[in-house]
Amino acid sequence: MMEYYLGLFVRAVFIENMALVFFLGMCTFIAISKKIETSLGLGIAVVVVLTITVPVNNLIYQYLLADGALAWAGLPDVDLSFLGFLSYIGVIAAIVQILEMFLDKYVPVLYNALGVFLPLITVNCAILGAALFMVNRDYTFSESVVYGFGSGVGWALAIVVLAGIREKMKYSDVPEGLRGLGITFVTVGLMSLGFMSFGGIAL
Amino acid sequence: MTNREILFNPLFNNNPIGLQILGICSALAVTTKMSVALVMCIALTVVVAFSNLFISIIRDRIPSSVRIIVQMTIIASLVIVVDQILGAVAYELSKQLSVFVGLIITNCIVMGRAEAFAMQNPPWPSFVDGIGNGLGYSLILMLVATVRELFGSGSMFGYEIMPLVTNGGWYSPVGLMLLPPSAFFIIGFLIWVLREWKPEQVESSEHEIGEQTAFSKV
Repeated sequence: MMEYYLGLFVRAVFIENMALVFFLGMCTFIAISKKIETSLGLGIAVVVVLTITVPVNNLIYQYLLADGALAWAGLPDVDLSFLGFLSYIGVIAAIVQILEMFLDKYVPVLYNALGVFLPLITVNCAILGAALFMVNRDYTFSESVVYGFGSGVGWALAIVVLAGIREKMKYSDVPEGLRGLGITFVTVGLMSLGFMSFGGIAL
Repeated sequence: MTNREILFNPLFNNNPIGLQILGICSALAVTTKMSVALVMCIALTVVVAFSNLFISIIRDRIPSSVRIIVQMTIIASLVIVVDQILGAVAYELSKQLSVFVGLIITNCIVMGRAEAFAMQNPPWPSFVDGIGNGLGYSLILMLVATVRELFGSGSMFGYEIMPLVTNGGWYSPVGLMLLPPSAFFIIGFLIWVLREWKPEQVESSEHEIGEQTAFSKV
């Protein structure tokens, strides 16, 4: 059993890396990867938010939205799954807000470190993407905990590595038109190529 | 700005993907086939145009402290409508798009235009701005999809253009084109081409490279 969860974790971190294989959270991924420090802060925030929101959305899907999920309330014929998008994004926005207030009050160090990144995370597609993948693949509650944490770690890993490369790259002589955005794309492409080598791992 | 400028500026001068780094996520993921990319373009253009329109209509009544949530609700509802329509009309394609239709909600182009344009402008220009940005996004998306499908599987919209070796033809496909990394390369080089053509979009370098000095001979 332990092995299965470990496999799920490794798959979420490397083989199905949110950023490099599914291209999720790309906007923030490219925009906020100029410095290792800030990208590490953002990465940690994403891990925290994903670990909380994916399981919560899993519960909401299982007990409220899925076909026949309302059987416990005496409504076995109701299928609310079309409300999915609206509820997931609502849950994510709410949890990010609560987390922000909680950190502000009890862990001010972390709150200050995360700064503006926390509210930004609501519109990070990696968060919503993970929730949608979780629904698509019918994960159970415990699977969704592992999956949320794993995909967060994978995303954080990718953005920190990219920031490291970009910090070095600003000293290199890049062709004018390719400078900035263009060369970043090519770099991410090469990273993605590297991550594809994990694809052969059988779990 | 005239409506015409609002409509055509986002195509080349202020392209949402090429210049503003918005909405890249889906641009990369749905471009292995042109038909899938086309559906995605239409879906996004519809959502961004109508979200701009509706948000602009009620812009004076949205309290600024909760505006993000209001915008989010409008966008999410529109995406649900689009998703349901796609599921009913083009079921196969909607299966291939999987989660990416849902991810239009968090597509930065939609939120970005709502925040930056629709909140300050009357409904009609906002609607046109939405269409323009949708077209700018579609332009890049279709270019990437054309390259990937043509060289990756030798076809366009599923019709065979270059007969593959496996089917007795002469073209052996570039497998890399169908894999994730190629999308990054193609967009990177597209941006390069765009910036060679319009040099004012070139980013300034953070560090100037000094003059090359000759090594001292020992």
